[in-house]
Amino acid sequence: MAEPLPLEVRDVVKSFGSRRALEGVTLDVRAGEILGLLGPNGAGKTTVVRSVVGRAQPESGSLRVFGQAPIHPTAIDSRGWVPQEIALYSLLTPRENLWTFGRYQGLVAAALEAAIDRSLEWAGLADRAKDRTSNLSGGMKRRLNMAAGTIHRPRLLLLDEPTVGVDPQSRERIYAMIGELKAQGVSLLYTTHYMEEAERLCDRIAIIDHGQIIASGTREELVHSTLGNRETITIDADAPVGPALREKLTRLGATVDGTAVRTLAEDPPRMIRELLEAFHAEKTPIRDLTLKRGSLEEVFLSLTGRELRE
Amino acid sequence: MILTVARNRLMNLRHDRAAFVLSFVVPIVFFSIFAAIFGGAGRSTTRKITVAVVDEDQSDNSRRFVEALRAEGGLAVVTAPEIKSGKAAPFTAATAEAAVRAGDFPAALVIPKGFGAIPIRFGPEGQHPRLTLLSDPSDPVAPHVLGGLVQKVAMTAMPESMARGGMDEIDRWSGGLTPQQRARMEEVLAQIRQQRSIPSSAGSRASGGNSGSGLVDVDQRAVLGQKKKNPMIAFYAAGIGVMFLLFSAAGAGGALIEEAESGTLDRILSTRVSMTKLLAGKLVYLAWLAATQLVVMFVWGSMVFGLEMRGHWGGFLIMTVATALAASTFGLLLAAVSRSRMQLVALSNLSILAMSAVGGSMFPRFLMPEVMQKIGLVTINAWAIDGFQKVFWREEPISHLAPQVAVLIGVAILLFAAARRVARRWEAT
Repeated sequence: MAEPLPLEVRDVVKSFGSRRALEGVTLDVRAGEILGLLGPNGAGKTTVVRSVVGRAQPESGSLRVFGQAPIHPTAIDSRGWVPQEIALYSLLTPRENLWTFGRYQGLVAAALEAAIDRSLEWAGLADRAKDRTSNLSGGMKRRLNMAAGTIHRPRLLLLDEPTVGVDPQSRERIYAMIGELKAQGVSLLYTTHYMEEAERLCDRIAIIDHGQIIASGTREELVHSTLGNRETITIDADAPVGPALREKLTRLGATVDGTAVRTLAEDPPRMIRELLEAFHAEKTPIRDLTLKRGSLEEVFLSLTGRELRE
Repeated sequence: MILTVARNRLMNLRHDRAAFVLSFVVPIVFFSIFAAIFGGAGRSTTRKITVAVVDEDQSDNSRRFVEALRAEGGLAVVTAPEIKSGKAAPFTAATAEAAVRAGDFPAALVIPKGFGAIPIRFGPEGQHPRLTLLSDPSDPVAPHVLGGLVQKVAMTAMPESMARGGMDEIDRWSGGLTPQQRARMEEVLAQIRQQRSIPSSAGSRASGGNSGSGLVDVDQRAVLGQKKKNPMIAFYAAGIGVMFLLFSAAGAGGALIEEAESGTLDRILSTRVSMTKLLAGKLVYLAWLAATQLVVMFVWGSMVFGLEMRGHWGGFLIMTVATALAASTFGLLLAAVSRSRMQLVALSNLSILAMSAVGGSMFPRFLMPEVMQKIGLVTINAWAIDGFQKVFWREEPISHLAPQVAVLIGVAILLFAAARRVARRWEAT
């Protein structure tokens, strides 16, 4: 019999009062892969994660962690969760925090001590093990937050926006830690609203908006299925776009937002020529013109009509 | 700018409705509690003192004396212990003393045989039967009030005896009354007798102030605590100890709110730890903290204020565990009910200060009006203080702590169950 998937989410519906947070979410995390759950704030990413760790109860649908319900002891032992908040005891030291969460995960004695040492090393906090957690930098706290969620060596890890508010240098360290987990064969569900993160870290990406998975696949699959061979042309005008120019650009299929003009083109050279002719005819100067191959940003824009911003 | 700062605080207060309401409710509640304790809800400033009275004489005079005591507004005279099926046999000197020792009465009065024949002493000599006033020194007021009223009642309730006693003394020291004088005196005594037969208690009800003129000889005897260096120290250690136990339990229980706010609670509940286990763990910690606080407080009391711990450790530890559990579950419930630290502070201030005032932590319950004493029984403080008083003051056997221990443990179970129920809001939603 085939090994059950690390995570199976099927048609999960969840409401908070009259607000529907999840509208039938379905996704899988396969063994050893990083699945990125990409979406704007409020899209439902955290609700999916909280449902997987048993902290939110869906009204319908099913969730399975290695074939078990989220609150089954086997599921609890085999999954780890790194919440978006720094959920640590700020008065305790990193070692004491790890001892606490290690005990809560059922580790004892030598196994617990070994896990604490290993986690401190992994998070690069061995030399700060006895400092008060409140005295650590933001990046260090984030890494300790990750260590507390992985001290019991879970086979499935749920990372909920682990790089929010982190400086670029610390972000790189967190990416390196995630790389190590992947190398160890850990399966990850990684929620983020950072496009670059999803493109860089994730094997597959599920895009969520308004509580629905609107597309999923590898980056290439998403770009191809959504944008086809089209490429993005962006023009930044050096003066406000007048009504006549706006009408011409709209006729060409472009969208105008202030001085920014954007369009998807299957034949970029021809489209660029037509756009430039329109600008020239209306005597509107151009500051910048870019041509981009399909990106997740374009995919999201194309699917939702909105940009994915913080 | 100053007004802007003030207005900003006002806006904050308006958004925290619980704090807004409590800031007005707390002073009113406390004013009402202390008004009820000290002002008798506006009726009287003096509490009624319940005393056991033993009439060994059973003469007309002694009966009249007891009735006059009974008519005193400041006294509640009890001559026989109350049992479920009515009243038992009247008190004897021994049973009355046992009742005072057990804390049922702050004082008892024993009227000896022969009192009715010569109740009042005028001269410096003579064989006068002496009343015995048995007292519990933990109530410093009751024996003095009773002593004063005994002298007052002797004057007002037995005028004939007083007059005859005075006449005998004059007869003795003046060289003898003439027959006319004697006849006139007998006439006056007859009038007094006649007036006594007209029922009127108005005179005896009027407050006579301090009438310790010594018409009646009274021997006052403390029935317990005679050897104690500092009789009230156990009371204050228990009273203040319990109040601060409640405060520290509520404060420590607030860690639950911080865990909820920081997301740590979510993280814990996503592991193998269930909400029941989490609350039980918190209870173990809070109870340990509370028990240690009480031990430290009493040991300090013994080192600095002469509180006798020797021979009392058994009862003390039992009461400490029961009190610590009750106080801890109370703190846990407050934390579970509160939505924020601010609410917890307001709620704990209100409830703990109110409980402490009514329950006797700030002012002994036995000095409160009877109604307030009964209301006090709904508090943890009252049962804990009563238990510690039994251990250190009355030196009762451990088995006598059963009611206090049963109530405190029962309260702890109920409060824990309530806290568990309220904590459901933190479980998966």
